[in-house]
Amino acid sequence: MKLLLEKAHIENIRLYDVYRREGGYRSVEKALKMTPDEIVDQVKRSGLRGRGGAGFPTGMKWSFIAKPEGVPRHLVCNADESEPGTFKDRYLMEFIPHLLIEGLIVSSFALGSNVTYIYIRGEYAWIVDILEQAIIEAKNNGWLGKNIQGTGFDCEIYVQRGAGAYICGEETALIESLEGKRGNPRIKPPFPAVKGVWDRPTVVNNVETLAAVVPIINMGGDEYAKIGVGKSTGTKLISACGNLNKPGVYEIDMTISVEEFIYSDKYCGGIANGRKLKACIPGGSSVPILPANLLLKTAKGETRYMNYESLSDGGFATGSMMGSGGFIVLDEDQCVVRHTLTLARFYRHESCGQCSPCREGTGWMEKILKNIEYGKGKMSDIDLLWDIQSRIEGNTICPLGDAAAWPVAAAIRHFRDEFEWHVFNPDECLKRNYGLAHYADERALAV
Amino acid sequence: MSEQQLFKVTIDNITIEVPAGTTILNAARKIGGDVAPPAMCYYSKLQGSGGKCRTCLVEVSKGSEKDPRPMPKLVASCRTTVMDGMEVKNITSPRVTDARAGVVEFLLINHPLDCPICDQAGECHLQDLGYDHGKAGTRYEFQRRTFHKVSLGDYIQLHMTRCILCYRCVFTADQMTAKREHGVLDRGDHAQIATFIERNLHNEFIGNVIDVCPVGALTDRTFRFKNRVWFTKPVDAHRNCPTCCGEVQLWMRGDEVFRVTARKDEWGEIKDSSDGKTGWICNTCRFEKKHISDWVIEGPSNINRHSVISQGHYVGVEKPAETFEKVMDGRKPRYFMDIHNVSEVNRPDIELSLLDGPATAKIFDEPQKDNK
Ligand SMILES: Cc1cc2nc3c(=O)[nH]c(=O)nc-3n(C[C@H](O)[C@H](O)[C@H](O)COP(=O)(O)O)c2cc1C
Ligand code: SF4
Ligand code: SF4
Ligand code: FES
Repeated sequence: MKLLLEKAHIENIRLYDVYRREGGYRSVEKALKMTPDEIVDQVKRSGLRGRGGAGFPTGMKWSFIAKPEGVPRHLVCNADESEPGTFKDRYLMEFIPHLLIEGLIVSSFALGSNVTYIYIRGEYAWIVDILEQAIIEAKNNGWLGKNIQGTGFDCEIYVQRGAGAYICGEETALIESLEGKRGNPRIKPPFPAVKGVWDRPTVVNNVETLAAVVPIINMGGDEYAKIGVGKSTGTKLISACGNLNKPGVYEIDMTISVEEFIYSDKYCGGIANGRKLKACIPGGSSVPILPANLLLKTAKGETRYMNYESLSDGGFATGSMMGSGGFIVLDEDQCVVRHTLTLARFYRHESCGQCSPCREGTGWMEKILKNIEYGKGKMSDIDLLWDIQSRIEGNTICPLGDAAAWPVAAAIRHFRDEFEWHVFNPDECLKRNYGLAHYADERALAV
Repeated sequence: MSEQQLFKVTIDNITIEVPAGTTILNAARKIGGDVAPPAMCYYSKLQGSGGKCRTCLVEVSKGSEKDPRPMPKLVASCRTTVMDGMEVKNITSPRVTDARAGVVEFLLINHPLDCPICDQAGECHLQDLGYDHGKAGTRYEFQRRTFHKVSLGDYIQLHMTRCILCYRCVFTADQMTAKREHGVLDRGDHAQIATFIERNLHNEFIGNVIDVCPVGALTDRTFRFKNRVWFTKPVDAHRNCPTCCGEVQLWMRGDEVFRVTARKDEWGEIKDSSDGKTGWICNTCRFEKKHISDWVIEGPSNINRHSVISQGHYVGVEKPAETFEKVMDGRKPRYFMDIHNVSEVNRPDIELSLLDGPATAKIFDEPQKDNK
């Protein structure tokens, strides 16, 4: 089922006229006739959860925003998308920019934000032009600016480019950066809902979250909630990459199984080059990696589905997280140690350096992993790695510390034998790959 | 305004009442002693400081009277305010001491440990932290991060290698001076304190960054390598300064003034001056008044911190009940020199100072004879 990308491939949908002809901006017409509280209520009923990573219920987040008398409020769209393996927001903004603008207008109206910002990662330079073009078109047609559609509601949208820092995706760092400062996460509380941009109440939401507001208003919150299962309502964009036959951005309703997503021709079309599935990170680089046997089936032996609850079934011991929907697949030719090293290098480079555990710990982990990967590791290094990650996790200002610790923890938890093989075979590990061991996908083994 | 609300908070089983809005750290400091968590980045005189170094982590075992749930994570006590009925564990929580040892280890892995040649040694908070909460060994086996030394003008030297990125100097410059000229460049473990394209720091009050720096990353160029802090004696003095409060501490040896600093309280922070404001001092007082005639001497400073700089003027230190005489079976203590003069242990009859040349075993083997 497609709600967001349904029309994304119509020719010239980027242009306002085509978008409008296809039913665009209907949700704004509808929303402007409602009260802001009614819109928030619809979003609450829809069960929409934040698509930026944490999965926090959006309606609830909106109802937390403080409303002091005479203080402007702001909505900020988080388009910083820098999580390795995640590229769904880019797809949405690139192909169907008006959908985001439409969602932003409705959400701004619901939250009472007269000045709304899109904070976009600097590397998406060409998308800035696309978005600005869409904003100009929307403004020329009376959807933005002063007194929108004669309702007395004013709204402006500005696009702000980041300068290429992953940490500026963290909402408080984003706010600092938006204010023109160094992108260091703030210490919470106060939360952005009370003191955000320029100390004003602020809501930060992901691109996909805000775009999803459009179908919610169009079809009604209750109707939207019927799609999907349990607390995973609506559709989710998954950016699949790695050793797949058909990597790309897929919109799924969250009822399909992981197996179907990987192997069916409708989605990823199986593992590339006839290889076997070894492991997968189902929700962007920050979430724990899962070996094939735990990916397709939970520890209890039940089928694992592509939704929030099922992916996190088993906690961190045997489960993972939905995260941002960056689905990274590793086949039998990939080395988990090398892969973990790559991630550790990323987090070391992206740590803002405020808190000592994250600043020093990420660098230390990278160095140890490098030793192990290049055959210079010791057995005690594996335990040391475990100890370091446990001392970072939970002891930092922002979740980047956790995000740096989890991948290392999960790799050691599930692939300890591969680390040990590197230690015991320092020469061989430079020449060949450890392969599948016991965590191979049974289905693929039979082939 | 109505009377300020008081919250009851229990830290390490000691209960006190503090005004609403107080942080756990400040509440613990009121109790004092070991209950106060160590703070490497928080500085009560600087707005917005704290929350970064994570040495002050504590466990909140009970959120408040209304909501008794414990907090799942350890929290930074310097940035968490107390709630009524809150229960906090600091040194009584193994989780806290363990996490703190971890933080100390993290702070030290890239530290050069060049204390023997560092001007801060003896009054360094990182040294104290390491001794009090760290482990003896290190598990770090890699090259440490290094930077070049930079002179930020005639007065201040930046040793980035030693910096723990507490941001105190940045806040100081931000809040004390009209135009901040230094800040943090880069990210993560390659972040550094820097002036963009090595400029000098010019500002009447910029010298205070030396006082707030917990380690030897920012040092006084007019004092560098002149002396060790424990050889100099702290003396309170003041002068009539048109720019600042003029209330300082002179660090003297004989009647030579080696160094001038602001006065510090028991937490190592700059004390309030007699007019009730924070006793920041200006560059002129700090760097240029190095003669005893520039100052009105008030007397030796009383220092109530445990550190080599206390110089015998301890405040609040308990003396043991036993006297020397009691411990030494009625013998009176002697001067240190006595011990070296006479070998009391085995041959009190041999006066060491009268020997020709060094004392050797042979001398002690000789039978006893009358000593002149
Ligand atoms: C280190 C870090 C990076 C993040 N990067 C992004 C990002 O690139 N895009 C995003 O939408 N959210 C990102 N987030 C999540 C945001 O902090 C925030 O939770 C999100 O924007 C909230 O939007 P949502 O409720 O719509 O999910 C990041 C969080 C952390 C801790
Ligand atoms: S956890 Fe890392 S990225 Fe987040 S504030 Fe601390 S140092 Fe910065
Ligand atoms: S130079 Fe000193 S005061 Fe400044 S951040 Fe580094 S350690 Fe802190
Ligand atoms: S003193 Fe609290 S985190 Fe540094």
